[in-house]
Amino acid sequence: MIAEAGHYALVLALALALIQSTVPMIGARLRDPVLMNVARSTALAQLLFVGLSFGALVLLHVLSDFSVANVYENSHSLKPLIYKITGVWGNHEGSMLLWVSILALFGGLVAMFGNNLPLSLRANALGVQGWVSTAFYLFILLTSNPFLRLANPPLEGRDLNPVLQDPGLAVHPPMLYLGYVGFSISFSFAIAALIEGRIDAAWARWVRPWTLMAWMFLTLGIAMGSYWAYYELGWGGWWFWDPVENASLMPWLAGTALLHSAVVMEKRNALKVWTVLLAILTFSLSLLGTFLVRSGVLTSVHAFATDPTRGVFILLILCVFIGGSLSLYAWRASSLKQGGLFAPISREGALVLNNLLLTTACATVFIGTLYPLGLEVLTGERISVGAPFFNLTFAPLFLPLLLALPFGPLLAWKRGDLIGAAQRLYAAGIVALVSVAVLWAWVRGGSAFAPLAIGLALFVILGALTDIAERSMLFRMPLSISLRRARGLPRASWGTMFAHVGVGVALIGIVCETTWNTELISTLKPGDVAKVAGYELKLDNISQRQGPNFGEMLAHFTVSEDGKVIGTMTPSKRSFTTRAMSTTEAALMSRGVSQLYISLGDTAASGAIAVRIYHKPMVLLIWFGPVLMAFGGLLSLSDRRLRVGAPKPAKAARGLQPAE
Amino acid sequence: MTRKQRRLTMIGGALVVLGIAVALVLNALRDSIVFFSTPQMVAEKHIPAGKRFRLGGLVEPGSLKRGDHMMVTFKIADGSNALSVAYKGILPDLFREGQGVVAEGSLDGAGVFKADTVLAKHDETYMPKDVADALKKQGHWKDDYEKAGKKPDTGAKPMQGASR
Repeated sequence: MIAEAGHYALVLALALALIQSTVPMIGARLRDPVLMNVARSTALAQLLFVGLSFGALVLLHVLSDFSVANVYENSHSLKPLIYKITGVWGNHEGSMLLWVSILALFGGLVAMFGNNLPLSLRANALGVQGWVSTAFYLFILLTSNPFLRLANPPLEGRDLNPVLQDPGLAVHPPMLYLGYVGFSISFSFAIAALIEGRIDAAWARWVRPWTLMAWMFLTLGIAMGSYWAYYELGWGGWWFWDPVENASLMPWLAGTALLHSAVVMEKRNALKVWTVLLAILTFSLSLLGTFLVRSGVLTSVHAFATDPTRGVFILLILCVFIGGSLSLYAWRASSLKQGGLFAPISREGALVLNNLLLTTACATVFIGTLYPLGLEVLTGERISVGAPFFNLTFAPLFLPLLLALPFGPLLAWKRGDLIGAAQRLYAAGIVALVSVAVLWAWVRGGSAFAPLAIGLALFVILGALTDIAERSMLFRMPLSISLRRARGLPRASWGTMFAHVGVGVALIGIVCETTWNTELISTLKPGDVAKVAGYELKLDNISQRQGPNFGEMLAHFTVSEDGKVIGTMTPSKRSFTTRAMSTTEAALMSRGVSQLYISLGDTAASGAIAVRIYHKPMVLLIWFGPVLMAFGGLLSLSDRRLRVGAPKPAKAARGLQPAE
Repeated sequence: MTRKQRRLTMIGGALVVLGIAVALVLNALRDSIVFFSTPQMVAEKHIPAGKRFRLGGLVEPGSLKRGDHMMVTFKIADGSNALSVAYKGILPDLFREGQGVVAEGSLDGAGVFKADTVLAKHDETYMPKDVADALKKQGHWKDDYEKAGKKPDTGAKPMQGASR
């Protein structure tokens, strides 16, 4: 009954999406406010029904109704409640349902908070949103229905893949989807602008918060996935340049570029055509990411589905939306009016450079991800493109970007003073150079690369702080006045600072972890001691334990430093009976921002156990950086001028409002 | 600066960056990609010792030997040929005899494949796509693999690796 209701609600949502994708757009053509307002009610109703449908699937998983194929294949009655719920999106069908639910959520938010938008813009944007929804509802209903019943309901389910039974994975897909799908809003607005042939600063002010929100979630989602891979897969890696990881990195890079070009458009009314193109590309890359992950076209660390009919369907969606939007762009972009002028050395110029480098870096990731697929289709030859490729292409493009980053905020709009900006960055530059020298002397004989990269990271961090210090006249005014000025700065400035500092912090973590990481692989018997990076790890004993749906072998380690005991670590190996699979649960101990990491291997007949022990210096900074970036985004989002729904395009409103 | 000049500067800058990127990509594609082979392809193609590639196939039953200091040797077979592989370190959780596996490394002078990375598939009924495709091409494809491969639930993290 619940399954049928869920299925029915999904069909109703499809019907509503069909109305939403046609009626309001016809209304916008005919300038009929009644028809245009249909967009609002259908978007809200669609959210209601898809929400009901998603709720039904969650309920089925919670009740362990194994007569539903999806529940049977991915759940088990003994599974803890939290994983029964998160198991809903731990599989293909459920995660697609989550995808459309989030799409409907964003549509609903635009409908709810878009009252001050020009009516026709809202109608067109929600109409485009309706097209996307329609395509994905059809995809789910025709190829991946999560509500299918089994003719002979089994008594017990097949359990969720054990590596997915983890709190990290509970949060990672929803975050990632909020990011991916959030970019659909900027896409819909871009298409709506092209349809109307009109675009202005108010448009950018509207699109920017949505982009920012999507970007924040995507940043956190990627960081979360990376941390999950780090502790769950048991070999201490946090980024593999795996195609599925690249699939989320590409929209992030394009989205970051979009975020910056939208600033230019909002402040200076320039780069309009480019911003629209970026909005289209960003969402296209999100769709591409969905295709790569969902179609099973890649064998990679996360590809789920293996059914080719799904792949073809998503490929079709991909071609229609990307091809259609780019054709519309080619046809209509010339109708958008050109914006303000600026010199190459200016804030706009710096942001153009940022965009250029980010999109080029994105293109190299795109080539590295799709080249093996293309080659296989054309020649049948199979290759793998891994970290070495990206180190040789992506990294050299990111270096100039980071070097230029501190200059951007210090340049004035329209015409900037590069020498002035450089003078203000003297202090930051000198500190960075001194630290390069000190580090190089300290690591004596090591490669010069790591100290230089850390110097660059410090330059980025200090440069971001310099910008705030300059604006609050620190050291040039009494401290109390500076503090008051600092408090009075717009939150967006503080957001910029936090985000840029986050970039530097993440870079420090990445460089330290890859350069000075210590690894020890050995076999230990109870009583043996392993020494890693000045820590002594003693294997006390090995014990067994029974979990809810798994058996577990735990190894108890006592960790000491300089003869003093500082704690215990218990890595374990879980074996899940239902799937006859085992997972390695690594033990982590944080020392400041560095970590000790133990994971277990096989047990030999003699009772000795293979262990992998790592000391990972500064590793937590890798994820702390993205958190800072996202926090910067949040601060910026809370800025009064940007608050969702706050923009008041008084000047533009007159021109865009339909005659009533 | 006129609009035209500005546009030219921007296009010029973009072309420079794109040119650099193309050069980087071409250079990296020449040096850093790794080809995939099966034992049969190794036998036919004569890959020089020291050249990195990925070797895929099934772990031959009965061939796994564990030595001292976590040295392991096993054979990767594809039905017609088999190649000895030496690896030092911890094998992935789901490494089993008779299962699909992909190893990355190079041949030594004696024709033994020295692997520094071993990837195994998580699910019992599935093998890595590289392996499946290669076996399919050679006609060693079994129907039950075909069916198993189509199951919708082959798991979210199909490959698991171990690397030194």
